[in-house]
Amino acid sequence: MNEAAPSNPAQTALFQWHVEQNARMVDFAGWEMPIQYTSIVEEHQATRNKVTFFDVSHMGRLRFNGDGAGALLDRMLTRSVSDMQVGQVRYSLICNHEGGILDDVLVYHLETPSGTRYFLLVVNASNRSKIIQWIEAQWPDEAAVELCDRTLETSMLAIQGPKALETIEPLLSIQVSGMKYFQAKVTNQMNKPCIVSRTGYTGEDGVELIIRKDQTAHILQNILAAGRKFDISPAGLGARDTLRLESAMPLYGHELNESINPLEAGLGFAVSWQDSQGNDRDFIGRDALADLQAAGLQRQRVGLQLEGRRAAREGYTVLRAGEPIGTVTSGTYSPTLERPISMAYVDLQYAEVGTEVEVDIRGKSVPATICCLPFYKRTG
Amino acid sequence: MNAEALLYCDTHEWVSVADEDGQQVATVGISAFAVEQLTDLVYMELPSVGATVTGGEEFGEVESVKAVSALYSPVSGTVLEVNEGLPDNLDILNSDPYSAGWIMKVKVEGDLPANLLDYAAYQRQCGESG
Repeated sequence: MNEAAPSNPAQTALFQWHVEQNARMVDFAGWEMPIQYTSIVEEHQATRNKVTFFDVSHMGRLRFNGDGAGALLDRMLTRSVSDMQVGQVRYSLICNHEGGILDDVLVYHLETPSGTRYFLLVVNASNRSKIIQWIEAQWPDEAAVELCDRTLETSMLAIQGPKALETIEPLLSIQVSGMKYFQAKVTNQMNKPCIVSRTGYTGEDGVELIIRKDQTAHILQNILAAGRKFDISPAGLGARDTLRLESAMPLYGHELNESINPLEAGLGFAVSWQDSQGNDRDFIGRDALADLQAAGLQRQRVGLQLEGRRAAREGYTVLRAGEPIGTVTSGTYSPTLERPISMAYVDLQYAEVGTEVEVDIRGKSVPATICCLPFYKRTG
Repeated sequence: MNAEALLYCDTHEWVSVADEDGQQVATVGISAFAVEQLTDLVYMELPSVGATVTGGEEFGEVESVKAVSALYSPVSGTVLEVNEGLPDNLDILNSDPYSAGWIMKVKVEGDLPANLLDYAAYQRQCGESG
């Protein structure tokens, strides 16, 4: 991190609301965010069983306008962008020239009600300024592209859980249940544009809304009223973390960083070597990734299953016969499975499911087994 | 036990010292404030009976979904007894942190540390940090 942390963390449009709900607020990536309202376990279970909403307005929202936007993003992202249908959302990575991961992002291809097409990039809060600088540095002189950082003018709310669609549908002019997962639409909320996507970071069905900042409080009240019959409740970043970890979704700064490449992260599906016409794509990091793949990977992201109740947490060493073979990147006690779960990077030769290893938990060697990811997958 | 009659560490452990057959015996636990701050407790590591603990130093740990926190001993001495049933029933800490939720009993050696807080001073500290 070479950027100085801002002295005053930013606040979302719902800051005051969070405080009124007695949320415990923390500084997260320069934003004052709710980590929990009541209990991580309660908020986690409410998301798995009913419906919750998360204020995720800290996520960066970057809009790319202009005819050159698709070609620019094709070069920046590990997946092709310019062949995306309007309404499509893709998970992608942004790599540096060495193939290291600068960020993991969602890219949306959208069309305004008046017919203007554009791309939207949702980036991690911690990487927002880095990604803006990176893209601007790669900008070809002739590119007909305009980059607008929409983060501070908009809010982002995630409504997640088995009752999420039923909660949100009556509020919108479009049929969300008719949309596929990873689809998005621009619709209207009180005559103001609102982006609705079937996306999330919990492993449950749900939607994310991007709305104008000045409408946030009003829309939240509508969501709460519509969700009352399903017992809707707010959920904080603590539950967001345990939910994504059960679903084995990587988190930047933990499973992903600039010294990890997409292949060892198990994200090969998010690297498109060719476009939809079958032509080789030219994106930043491609050559390095091709070399890494040819040379063979050194390590791999795996799941760890432990006995007992102590979690193998970030930074703990994974051992085999007493010798270090890897490091835990995230770990917690799983509220759904009621046992500890962790993700780790281990040397490739020990990455096979079923391999017996140990984890050094604060000086004690605890037996662990390499297991399949994800730990949790929703049914239906 | 009455919370107002206990002494507290600034690290949120409570202690009550009683005279038992001429020995100073300290009962140690963690405060309701600490339990509320930790939330979602999943694991507790107790010391062994007979182990030596030192005032201000770690004697065990408590783990919540979110994080691991060290437990610090308010007194120096030898562990006489631990609450064996507690780790399997951490909910007791929510309902009764000052009696049924006791963690260990220690045969106190030497004087009590001077920096233990009375209830009012501890409440003030919690008000500032909470």
